[in-house]
Amino acid sequence: MTRLSPSAKSIALHVGVVLLLLALNVLLPEYHRGVLARVLVLAVFAMGYNLAFGYTGLLSLGHAMFFAAGLYGAGLTVYHLEWSVWPAFATGLVAGTALALVVGFLALRTTGVAFMIVTLMFAQVFYLTTLYFTTYTRGEEGLVLPQAARVLAFPGGVLNLSDPSTRYLVALALFALVLAVTLFLARAPFGRSLVAIRENEERMRMLGYDVFANKLASVVLSGLVCAAAGAAYAVLFGYVGSGFAAIQYSILPLLWVLVGGAATTLGPLIGTLFMFYVIDTASSYTTAHLLVVGLVLIGVILFFPKGIAGTVRERWLPWLP
Amino acid sequence: MAAVSPLLVTRDLCRAFGGLRAVDGVDFSLPEGETHAIIGPNGAGKTTFVSLICGRITPTSGSVVFDGREVSRMPAHRRVRAGIAYTFQITSVFANLTAFDNVALAVQRQLIDARAGGRTAHALAEHGMEALDKVGLAGHADKIAGNLSYGHQRLLEVAMGLALKPRLLILDEPTQGLSDGEIDNFIGLVRQIGEEATVLLIEHNMDVVMALAERITVMEQGRILAQGAPAEIRANEAVQQAYLGG
Amino acid sequence: MAFGPYFLLATLEGLVTAAVLSLMALGLSLVFGVMRVVNVAHGEFYMLGAVLAWWFSSLVGGHPAVGFLLALVLSPLVVAAIAFVAERLVLSRLNYEPEATIVATIGLLYIIQQLALTFYGPEARPVEAPFNHRISLPWFGYSAYKLSVIGFSILMMLATWVLLTRTKIGLVMRATQFDRETAQAFGIPVGRVYAGVFALGAGLAAVAAVLIVPIQQAHYLMGLDPLLLSFIVVIIGGLGSLRGTVVAAVLIGLSDGIISMFFSPTLAKMLATLIVAMVLVFRPQGLFGAPAR
Repeated sequence: MTRLSPSAKSIALHVGVVLLLLALNVLLPEYHRGVLARVLVLAVFAMGYNLAFGYTGLLSLGHAMFFAAGLYGAGLTVYHLEWSVWPAFATGLVAGTALALVVGFLALRTTGVAFMIVTLMFAQVFYLTTLYFTTYTRGEEGLVLPQAARVLAFPGGVLNLSDPSTRYLVALALFALVLAVTLFLARAPFGRSLVAIRENEERMRMLGYDVFANKLASVVLSGLVCAAAGAAYAVLFGYVGSGFAAIQYSILPLLWVLVGGAATTLGPLIGTLFMFYVIDTASSYTTAHLLVVGLVLIGVILFFPKGIAGTVRERWLPWLP
Repeated sequence: MAAVSPLLVTRDLCRAFGGLRAVDGVDFSLPEGETHAIIGPNGAGKTTFVSLICGRITPTSGSVVFDGREVSRMPAHRRVRAGIAYTFQITSVFANLTAFDNVALAVQRQLIDARAGGRTAHALAEHGMEALDKVGLAGHADKIAGNLSYGHQRLLEVAMGLALKPRLLILDEPTQGLSDGEIDNFIGLVRQIGEEATVLLIEHNMDVVMALAERITVMEQGRILAQGAPAEIRANEAVQQAYLGG
Repeated sequence: MAFGPYFLLATLEGLVTAAVLSLMALGLSLVFGVMRVVNVAHGEFYMLGAVLAWWFSSLVGGHPAVGFLLALVLSPLVVAAIAFVAERLVLSRLNYEPEATIVATIGLLYIIQQLALTFYGPEARPVEAPFNHRISLPWFGYSAYKLSVIGFSILMMLATWVLLTRTKIGLVMRATQFDRETAQAFGIPVGRVYAGVFALGAGLAAVAAVLIVPIQQAHYLMGLDPLLLSFIVVIIGGLGSLRGTVVAAVLIGLSDGIISMFFSPTLAKMLATLIVAMVLVFRPQGLFGAPAR
């Protein structure tokens, strides 16, 4: 076997992962394909969270609002305005990005614990807003988007997003795109700057970096990716509800990223997949799946603070991005 | 260009913390190309003074003019880009990154600003190794910065400052905690740097000061007590009483 | 009824909220002040206190006061013991690193919540008040129990204040807060002090919960709102300031009572949360704290 350079190895690995996921579309039984489609979309959410938390070191407990902004941006326009999927999806992206810009601009005036609490509070305000406008959102009960509206129009024809295979492939396409962006970022000057800001903010300032602008860019990009996940969730699975804006959905991406490995490109996918199946398996024995979430959180932080991919990188594969 | 204006001028620069006037009405001017030392007892306001220059602290009043531009309200990161580099008194490297990556962050910033040679990996490697080489750390490029010896970490600090290609390099007690052998190397290094850049040095070790400085400023209680060539300072009675313990 | 009676009622309800909130926020503030740990599970200790109060009071028959008093004594003790164990088993092993402890207490939150759901169930259950006397005010009668909650909370705050400022335990705690390493060098068992503080904080939340269950019912999801309110109180009051905590609790309790009398509760919460987030953004040191250097 020829020796590959680290960057060639990592590109080969990522392409391999995407190809494997592509093959699973035909290999997996129906139930598991459905689960994996959902996992892929939520892994995008986790990758977005990872940009802020993993790479930049911003512990936010409010990312549910960016996911939900995408979800509602796409869902409400489809449901109430009967927009087609493309503009609705774009609306979700714009909503999430704009929200991230405003929240980031305000919350980044604080650091550490205060940042965590401020993001938590902004997310709570967003959640309460979805409840307050219950006439339009139907609150916790939520809205089911009509199947007829969930079609993706292309010049050459239409894709029916409620078809399981199509849904899986669209989810995979989004996932692959965001994975490529993350991989690119991790190796680009911008990504290196974010990591350095996480490591030593004051030193970065004295190297001439505008720390605030870099952090803001990270939050906005993170919000955009989370919103993309939310908007995709709305059009792919056809359900939009306040539950996705609740605090639990701010904590879940943190859990997924921690389990998979913060500041790794594949960690979010690994973490989301792992937790989904742990809860799925646990659910067949007990209804107490929150207990599993709690125990895994504590177990990971006590024994594997670097997460699965982070531990693999530390012990065996130092080139893993 | 005859009669060049000084590179750095401060006028009536003040900074108070609560009731304490850490820097109190300092008028200071530094010609381009000079290596200048600031000395004074602990708490004299030396670090606060250079922090006002590099922008880590904003002044209560007064002005800082760098290269003819008023910079006292400019955020620190923009002053760095304007050419003021600061190396920390307490070593502040990126402990989890390699020595090369530490320097590369500085080079990357410099390359982005200069827009010269692109931001290619090649330019990054070349400039980064050059800076490490200057301080004699080229052989340690792949080591994790946190694992380097204390003396090497101090040198890495300086390398990061150099990689910014500054016009003014501020060294805040660079020899603190170094061994005698390391100090000798350091004097040689700063001499070399002084040929290309203006150097402002805070230093307690008088041997280092006397070996390097073309002019010296003595600070006490936030004010300038005396200023002049090393020989003048050595002869100054007030300085001897206040500081040199003579 | 005119505006006056509404206002008086809102004020009284607000004071009850403030009283309970001060106790709970004091617990959160102590834990953050001494240990630098943001205890996200604080609301669950409160919930646990309420659920245990229901369980203890349902164990004994006779006059409701018997069950209530039993709960008031035992429930905080059990909660404190659980917190003590959790601190020793988890937090102490994380070396109190801020982010790690936040994650760990989130884990704790889920575990406690799920255990409550499994063993206590999804129902909301009341605890009968120890007495049902009503005091006549000019416009309406008002529950004497609610007024006694205010009184008892004040007593508890005073007791905590005495504990912190007038006893050896308090001195040891303050020494640890001031400088952990030095305290350790002087032979203070820092680990046990931390566990004790964590237990005390949880116990205070449990006392608050026992006081509230005759007014609000015990439910496994009741912890989140008080948690957010306590964060708010601690932030606005400034950390480590007992007086600031009380003042902020009264401020938040009153405005909560008054705002929810005139707006829909959801809108009231939205506005209050937004305002506090803004306070935190623009005055991170709290309304009463001095700016950091």
